[in-house]
Amino acid sequence: MRQYPEKPNNVYFFGTCLIDMFYPTAGMAGIKLLQREGIHVIFPPDQSCCGQPAYNSGFPNEAKAVAKKQIDLFSKDYPIVVPSGSCAGMMRYHYPKLFAADANSDQVKAFSERVFELSEFLVHVLNIKLDDQGEPIKVTWHSSCHAMREMRIIKESKSLIQQLEKVELIELQNERECCGFGGTFAIKQPAISEAMVQDKVEDIRQTGASRVITGDCGCLMNIAGAMEHLNVAVSGQHLAEFIWERINGGPSQI
Amino acid sequence: MVDHHRFDFEENVSRALSDKQLRNNFKFAMGNFILKRQSIFSDEIETEQLRALGHAIKLHALSKLPELLEKLEKKCIQNGIQVHWAETTADANQYVLDIMKTHNATSLVKGKSMVSEEMHLNHFLKQHGIEALETDLGEFIIQLNGETPSHIIVPAVHKNKDQISKIFHEKIPNTPYTEDVEELNAIARKILRQKFYEARVGLSGVNVAVAETGTLCLVENEGNGRMCTTLPSVHIAVMGLEKVVEKLEEVPPLLRLLTGSATGQLITTYVNMITSPRKAGEKDGPMEVHLIILDNGRSKIYIDPQFRQTLQCIRCGTCLNHCPVYTRIGGHAYGFVYPGPIGKILNPQTEGLNKAGILATASSLCNACEEVCPVKIPITEILRRIRNESYSNDSTSVLDDHGCKRNVPECFAWKGWEMMNTSPTVNSFSRKMLGIIGSKLPNVGPLKYWTRTRTKPKFAVKSLHELVSKLGVDNE
Repeated sequence: MRQYPEKPNNVYFFGTCLIDMFYPTAGMAGIKLLQREGIHVIFPPDQSCCGQPAYNSGFPNEAKAVAKKQIDLFSKDYPIVVPSGSCAGMMRYHYPKLFAADANSDQVKAFSERVFELSEFLVHVLNIKLDDQGEPIKVTWHSSCHAMREMRIIKESKSLIQQLEKVELIELQNERECCGFGGTFAIKQPAISEAMVQDKVEDIRQTGASRVITGDCGCLMNIAGAMEHLNVAVSGQHLAEFIWERINGGPSQI
Repeated sequence: MVDHHRFDFEENVSRALSDKQLRNNFKFAMGNFILKRQSIFSDEIETEQLRALGHAIKLHALSKLPELLEKLEKKCIQNGIQVHWAETTADANQYVLDIMKTHNATSLVKGKSMVSEEMHLNHFLKQHGIEALETDLGEFIIQLNGETPSHIIVPAVHKNKDQISKIFHEKIPNTPYTEDVEELNAIARKILRQKFYEARVGLSGVNVAVAETGTLCLVENEGNGRMCTTLPSVHIAVMGLEKVVEKLEEVPPLLRLLTGSATGQLITTYVNMITSPRKAGEKDGPMEVHLIILDNGRSKIYIDPQFRQTLQCIRCGTCLNHCPVYTRIGGHAYGFVYPGPIGKILNPQTEGLNKAGILATASSLCNACEEVCPVKIPITEILRRIRNESYSNDSTSVLDDHGCKRNVPECFAWKGWEMMNTSPTVNSFSRKMLGIIGSKLPNVGPLKYWTRTRTKPKFAVKSLHELVSKLGVDNE
């Protein structure tokens, strides 16, 4: 397992482009959770995207330019907390490959070492304790592929849900299977992507849960969008926002 | 044989996705394979150690591949096995034909071999008046139905029992309809026994070839492979040149990985280790053994260190079983002999990007294949490299037709994306614009595809950047 640092005074928050544009309240919830633990959160305002869309689509130079921008912005020796397994995986495991042959490869490696997904940081570094203030609810959990297979932090994400006393977590039957998002895959192979997300929605429906929780907004946009299109009465929510809501007894003004 | 001029991946995909029976068959079978593998590799630490060992063995073998191949040839010749080098599938087919002709043989019994599929050997022999009979039950079924394998381990996995019953009834003369598995087996056995008895030449694949001993290892569950390699007086083994390893002691871990990954078995019912033709005084076995070693583009793959890792493959098929795309579209949709994740990285390298580059787009990069690959091929990394080469025409590109997908609108779009994500001014402006007009965008371009089964993404009125500055989160 990864070696985790002592609780720091300062952390950087990398909000991710999807959260920035589509789920900003999930990002705010992540920041609030960190602040609640007495951490000074820094949000470099010029941050944008981790670069993964181009990296996975055959445009590594464009990805590299965007990655370089982020690396320069998060220059101090603080942990970088990312509310996404996929973006965190990109920054932690793929940045060193992108810059492997470059003069700054050591700097990039050091940057990557500082990248943490939000759940693992809350659990292992902050040892967060959650007090559930919400009404009883049945939820299910969707594991993003990169949270599961790159960052390997699903246990941590679920342990946060399990801390919430009145939340019943019902597992999906095919939890390990991709929801079909895959970034530009959803656009380049729409028919296959559709078949995948439809099966995922059916799996979610069969749990009887009223909400599906996930740690990645790409999956969330895909799954929630499909549930809405298919008139399935289940809502989708990012883990950080769900937790923030539970410990405050309902949606709180962020 | 696949006609590449008419290969339309999207058409294949849409046909497969709308075939409910096909999707059920694959879903059921792949689900079972996943469970079987899990039960045999239940100890995670032990499995990881075994995979690391498998990876190391293949990596080592590839690092000295030319030397090992020469050693294998030398050892085989010493053992009395005749070795033939085939640069192309045409060369390999010609060797088989020549051997058949030498022995005046008009029929060939075949054990399961993906290399022979790669050669389209049955089709070739038929043109020369020779009947090649598949004796692996799955291959036998699809041969009856005039199909190609849809999976590299279980070639008829796209058919369920009812469909197989129907094929037997319709394609084998005087066969009453039955869904009884024992009866179906008996029907096949009766035909196959007679053919084994008559055939002068048998053909098989090779799972592992051992350089230090000149041993050809072959695993199977039905015993037909042993029949093909022992009953006829001539045995022809065909192998891809990547199947060689250095030492005999490397065989057990590789076979453990192979059978555990493929079918969830500790060991197969039959493990054949063939080291020579029949020796003086022995009562059975072929009088002649031939080994045909096929290149067919492999040495081209070998040159590039990253692409070379593709050649670690031991053809267990577990990447197919675990692939959410393969599970939904099946093997035939891929349009090439090797489907699934391994096909997505192999075919673009051997066939070029014009013909096969599209396969690399058929992955969500979910990493399910890489997680289970027994020899740890970095499949997603290779997929990304193929995607890169589809658009790039720089000096680092090595694949045939590299840069073939490069087009102005896409390059322009990614340059725009880069600018939006490197210039804070552009980023801030576009965020604000999208917050206002984003949700009113018409369903064209990417959104057209997205909204076929999903609602439009909803742009937040205030971005995280705005919320953060409003609430006074520190900048530094």
